[in-house]
Amino acid sequence: MRNIDRRKFLKSSGSAVVGSMLLPAFVQSCQGASVSAEIQAYLEHFGVDLKLLQKVTEKALSKGGDYADLFFEHKIVNSLGLEDGKVNRAFSNIDFGVGIRVLKGDQTGFAYSETITPEAMLKAANTAANIASGSQAVSAQEIKEAMPANYYTINKSWEDVSVPEKIPFIQKLNDQVFDLDSRVSKVNAFLNDESAYVMFYSSEGVLTYDYRPMVSLGVVCVMEQNGQLENSYSARSFRKGFEFLNQEVVDLLANEVVDRTALLFDATKPKAGEMPVVMGAGGSGILLHEAIGHTFEADFNRKGTSIFADKMGKKVAEKFVNIVDDGTLAENRGSINMDDEGNRSEKTYLVKDGILNSYIHDRISARHYQVDPTGNGRRESFRHVPLPRMRATYMETGPHSREDIISDVKQGIYVDNFSNGEVKIGAGDFTFYVKSGYLIENGKLTQPIKDINIIGNGPQALADITMCASDYKIDNGTWTCGKSGQSVPVTCGLPTVLVKKLTVGGVS
Amino acid sequence: MTQEEKYNLAKWAMQHALDSGADAASIVISESKSSTVDVREQKIDTLKEAIQSSLSVRLFVDQKYSAHRTNRLDKQELAHFIEQAIAGTKYLSPDPYRQLPDPALYYQGNGQELGTVDPSYDKVDPATKVKLAFDVEKEAFEKDERIISVSASYSDNTNSRLMVTSNGFEGETKNSSFSLSASVSVNGGDARPSEGWYERAIFFDQLKKSEIGSLALERALKKIGQEKIKSGKYDMLIENRAVSRLFYPLLSALDGYSIQQKNSFLIDQLGKKVASEKLSLVDDPLIPGGLGSKLFDGEGLAAKKRTVFDKGVLGTYFIDTYYARKLEMEPTTGDTSNLVFELGDKDLASMVKGMKKGILVTGFNGGNTNGSTGDFSYGIDGFLVENGEIIQPVSEMNISGNMKSLWMSLAELGNDPNPISSWQIPSMLFEGIDFSGS
Repeated sequence: MRNIDRRKFLKSSGSAVVGSMLLPAFVQSCQGASVSAEIQAYLEHFGVDLKLLQKVTEKALSKGGDYADLFFEHKIVNSLGLEDGKVNRAFSNIDFGVGIRVLKGDQTGFAYSETITPEAMLKAANTAANIASGSQAVSAQEIKEAMPANYYTINKSWEDVSVPEKIPFIQKLNDQVFDLDSRVSKVNAFLNDESAYVMFYSSEGVLTYDYRPMVSLGVVCVMEQNGQLENSYSARSFRKGFEFLNQEVVDLLANEVVDRTALLFDATKPKAGEMPVVMGAGGSGILLHEAIGHTFEADFNRKGTSIFADKMGKKVAEKFVNIVDDGTLAENRGSINMDDEGNRSEKTYLVKDGILNSYIHDRISARHYQVDPTGNGRRESFRHVPLPRMRATYMETGPHSREDIISDVKQGIYVDNFSNGEVKIGAGDFTFYVKSGYLIENGKLTQPIKDINIIGNGPQALADITMCASDYKIDNGTWTCGKSGQSVPVTCGLPTVLVKKLTVGGVS
Repeated sequence: MTQEEKYNLAKWAMQHALDSGADAASIVISESKSSTVDVREQKIDTLKEAIQSSLSVRLFVDQKYSAHRTNRLDKQELAHFIEQAIAGTKYLSPDPYRQLPDPALYYQGNGQELGTVDPSYDKVDPATKVKLAFDVEKEAFEKDERIISVSASYSDNTNSRLMVTSNGFEGETKNSSFSLSASVSVNGGDARPSEGWYERAIFFDQLKKSEIGSLALERALKKIGQEKIKSGKYDMLIENRAVSRLFYPLLSALDGYSIQQKNSFLIDQLGKKVASEKLSLVDDPLIPGGLGSKLFDGEGLAAKKRTVFDKGVLGTYFIDTYYARKLEMEPTTGDTSNLVFELGDKDLASMVKGMKKGILVTGFNGGNTNGSTGDFSYGIDGFLVENGEIIQPVSEMNISGNMKSLWMSLAELGNDPNPISSWQIPSMLFEGIDFSGS
C-alpha cells in the first residue's frame, strides 16, 4: 500500500469533461421489461439496452461457461497542479469501456472493449467465452434490478465544478504553507477529482449501477535549514463532491505538512533491532493492511499460499482485538455502494474477539468456501478482473488508554506517520516505512526519529498486540493498494496499540 | 488503425487544437495489444486479451499549459474534448517555462532499425501460448512434496506511440515484449516461502522457455527455515535482479524535476565524485535489440549515448525541456534507455565464495528513500554467508543507511548484467551495511 505523492502524477486531469455521450442509433426502447428511471439513465449513458446485454451474455456463455458478467465504466478524472507558487498545470483523463468476464468453476476468461457497439461487445464476449471449450444454448434470466446503497451523498458533483472554482483552494494551501514557516522553500500541491459511472449486469440477471465520486487534495512541502533539506507530504481524500473544499481542510493540511517537515530537522535514526513499538492512532492502520489484511484475502487462502490459510475459527489475537474491513463508512475513500461484482458492500469482521472470523472474498473465493460474498470483489477498471480487495481496514477500540500504553514502554519507539508498506503473503513478513515518530524512554516520548523501515511477521505481530486504546481513528490520506498490477483506493485506521516486539531499522 | 490513419487523426487533432486557440500542441496516439494466460495446477486459471487505443494532447495556450487523454476517438467527441480543454487551460496561471522542445534537438534521422518490435507478434498461436504456460508450470508441479502451490504465466504485449507536434516533429515508436514466469509456494513449517522466476524478450523466438518453473521451485525450497539473525554491520551482496530497488533512488536524484524541486541528494554534483570508483555506466539508447532502445525520447529529442557515472564521477542529469528551462541548463532527456555498466570479472557464485561474512540479498520487502536527504531503510531477505559458504536463509530484516555513503561503499560488480531489464545491472557487493534483525 502506498500513500501516493502525486507530484509526478501526470496521467490525469484538468478541465475537459465530456459529460454525456451521444445516444447511438442502435439503441431502441426496451421491449418486454421495465426498469427504474435510474437504470434507464445508465443504460442510455452507455448506449445499450436490455436485449443487447442479454445477447452479449448469451454469447459469453455459448462455449459452456457457467457465469458471465459485464462491467461498464465511464470515468472522468481532472487534476490541477501547483508548482513554484502558481496553479499552472491541468490534466484530465477520460476512460470508457466494458469488461466481459466468463467463469467456468474457478477459471476466468476475460476481455474488454473500449467501444460499446454490439459488434465490439460480441467480439469481446466471444474471446472471454474461450475459457470453456464446449457449446451450450443459454436462455436469458429475468432481470433483477438491485438498487445500490448510498454511502456517499454528493451535494455538487465534480462534473459541475469549473476550473476557476477550484483554483483558489490550491493557491491558498500553497500560500498558507509558506506563511507558516520561513524555512519553507518549495511547495507542490494538487487537487484531483474523479467521477465514475459504473453499471453491472450478470448472467444471473442482476442489473445495478453506482456513481462514484472521489477527491484528493494534497501538498508536498520542502524546507531548508542550514543547507539541510527535508520534505513531507499530507493529503486528504474522500468520496465527496465540491463541498469537500473549504477553509478547514486547507488549514488542516497546511498545518500538518509544516509540522511534519519541521520535526524532521531534529530527528535521528534509532538503534537497530527488536523492540516494543507503539502505533499511534490513525495511519498506523497500515499495520493491519499489510500484516493481516492481505493475508486474509481469500484468493491467497484458497490457493493455500497465505500464512493464515488454516487458521479460520482459531484464536489469533488477544480477546480485545476486533479487526474490520468496512465498505460502508460515510464518504470514506475505501467505501463502495456495491462491489465490482454487483454485491452490496458491508462491514466484515476479519477478527472478532481475537478469533479469525472471515476472509475477504470475491465471487470465486466465496463460492469456493461456500460462504456469502463479503462485497470485496474490486477491480481497478473495466480493463481488469475482480479480485478480493480491502476497503477501509481498521481495529475497533480496546480497553486501555494511550497514556497507559506509552508509559508501559521502557525502551521502544512511537510511530504515527507512514509512507508505504508491503507484505510477503506466504512468509507473512510485512513491512511499513516510518516517515517520523519518537523514541520512548522510560515511558515518555523523547527524541524524534525518521526514515526507518519496520518489519515483522503477520501472525506473530497480531498475537503480540498486548494493549489497545479507545482512541480509534481512520486515516483519510490518499492510500492506494496495489495487488496483481491493479490499484484500488483504500483507507486504514487504528486506535493506539502496543506491539510487544517488531524489528526496527536503524544504526548498529 | 493503420499508420496513415493514426497520422491523419493526430494531425487533424493538432490542427483542431491550433484552430481552437492553442499556440502550440503535441498529439500522441497510443495503441496496445496484450494477452495473458495464467495456469495453476495444470488448469487455465485466467485467459485475458486486450486491445486499447487513446489520444493524448499537450496544449500551450497563452503561455499556459495542460495535458489530457481520452480513449473516446470519435472525431465529434474529440473536437469537443479539445475545445473544452483549451477553455479550461485559459484559467490557469501562465508558466513561461512551458514550451515545445527546440526543433533543432528533435530526432531527424531516417528511422534506423533498432529491433524493438517483433514483426511476428500476431503469428503466435493462442494454443502455443497456453502450452508454454502449462510446460513452465509442469517443471515444478508435484515435483516436491513440500509444494503448496505452483502457478505459471505467459504474457505478451505490443504497443505503438505516434507523436506529432506543431513545431515539426513526427515519429512513431513500436515495442513488443514476451514473458514467461512461474511462482512456487512451499511448506516450511509455519511460514510458506514463495519464490518466482521470470524471463522476458522482445522477440518470441528469443524468449527463454524452459528452466523457469524448476528455478522458481529451487529458489523457494532454499528459503525453508528462513529466520532473522543478529543486528549488526555486514557486507551485503545483492543479486543482479534485485539491485534496482537500491539503484532507483540514485537515478531519481538525477531527475530534473527532483533537482529543481529540491527533492534530490545530488543537487549541484555534476562532475563531482559521488560514488565509488567501481561505478561506471552509460545510458545508451542505440543498442540494437536493447530492451530500452529508442531513436528519440517521449518529447521527440534525439536519443544520445551519455556517460552517467565515470569511476564514481557524475556525468549527467536526466532533464527534460521544461525543467531544463527552469534550471537554465541544456536539456538531456527525461527518460533513461539502456543502462550499461562496466562489469567485474566474477559471477554471483564466485562473489559468494569470496565473501568472509555477509548477507546475500535476493529480495526486498517494502522500504523507501527520503529523496531530499538520501536516508533509506528497506526490508530484505536472502542468505547468511560465512567463509564463502551459504549458511542459512534469512528474512524479516532491514537495511538502513544513506544513499550517498551506500554508493561510496560499492566494492565490487559482478559480470552478470540483468538480462530482463533495460537497466543492465550486475550483482553488486557493498561493504559495512547496517542490518537490523534480532
